[in-house]
Amino acid sequence: MKPAIDYLLHLADNALVLGQRNAEWCGHGPILEEDIALSNVSLDLIGQARLLYQLVASLKGGNCTEDRLAYFRDTHEFRNYTLLELPHHGPLSGYAQSSMDYGTTIVRNFLYSALMALLWEALEKSANADLAAIAGKSLKEVRYHLRHSRDWLVRLGDGTDESHARVQAALDHLFPYTQEFWAQSPAEAQAIAAGIGVDVTTLQADWDAIVDAALAEATLVRPPVGGYVTEGKQGIHSEHLGFLLAEMQSLARAHPNGSW
Amino acid sequence: MTAPIEAAWAALEELTDPEIPVISLRELGILRDVRQGADGLEVVITPTYSGCPAMGQIEDDVKSTLANAGIAARVVTQLAPAWTTDWMSEEGKAKLHAYGIAPPHQTPAGSNVVRFIARPARAETVPCPLCGSANTVESSHFGSTACKALYKCLDCQEPFDYFKPY
Repeated sequence: MKPAIDYLLHLADNALVLGQRNAEWCGHGPILEEDIALSNVSLDLIGQARLLYQLVASLKGGNCTEDRLAYFRDTHEFRNYTLLELPHHGPLSGYAQSSMDYGTTIVRNFLYSALMALLWEALEKSANADLAAIAGKSLKEVRYHLRHSRDWLVRLGDGTDESHARVQAALDHLFPYTQEFWAQSPAEAQAIAAGIGVDVTTLQADWDAIVDAALAEATLVRPPVGGYVTEGKQGIHSEHLGFLLAEMQSLARAHPNGSW
Repeated sequence: MTAPIEAAWAALEELTDPEIPVISLRELGILRDVRQGADGLEVVITPTYSGCPAMGQIEDDVKSTLANAGIAARVVTQLAPAWTTDWMSEEGKAKLHAYGIAPPHQTPAGSNVVRFIARPARAETVPCPLCGSANTVESSHFGSTACKALYKCLDCQEPFDYFKPY
């Protein structure tokens, strides 16, 4: 049961953290249609996270609930990819002002959706029937997310000089974080051995094909990878996750057991 | 069919989608089954989009409708097989159309991700539900709800929703 719980939390935390990040565009989208689109993507992701947390809660039993898992765990207990917790802009230094960069949002959603379109499809065959059912639903949703982010990647990449430069910079910044997808964690290894999880390295060639085709169409250059491989899925996070959780969890923690 | 099962179907027939009040839960394919379980009557519903905020409302509506009709039944939420717009009945699609929402196309058979990406939905035309013209264009993949895309008719100039295949 433990392999299943750790693996399910990894999938759930991915969906929740990206859902929360994307929701930061709600009311701030560059155009109304995109504001609505990102909010809808967030709703799908948070819905997927809820189904997975409900499943974890039923496996754990006791007084565990989906809300406990989402709102009362701390940074080191989250198992999401580091890529998904980063802010909507590149690295800053000195007195630089942060800003919301839509190119960064689009690149992140594209890289993650391309992976999940493959991973959810493979997880439809999971030995855990509940996870397989959630994968079947999530697959239908992530196909729309991938189509949305891919269209915008091409539009921005093959757009103006300014949009091209910004989306290329976002790609250069975020691409090294995708190394974490392929570095197997002990939790993933256990879930694969139990037949619950999928070895993502078997999906890497297909992911490369999706990414390379889109980058070519978008006239973007695939950056080299290398350097530090992040370990968010093992609970070792960047400084950004704590701020995200603080905002997301503050209401539930201020009013524990509250209902509305 | 036994009498209580028929009574439950009849009582639930009046229930419509909270967001699209012209189409019933049965026509949408959300209301899957009414059956005799081990502990009595069971009403099986299936969620649409994972994040659809209407699902909680739908479950509450089903429970209160059954209670008002004096029918004791448990509501079972079933995830697999995953809900698909292909389950929408023809009468349901006609009602959507009359309401001004273009009904969903059939989902592509055996669609896989790579083909989905390589050949986006350019091939399919979504006729305008207001004037019938096929000269329409998608303005956004996501509309007022996750299940709909926003389209625009280039002939009558009206914007309209398209219920996306899922």
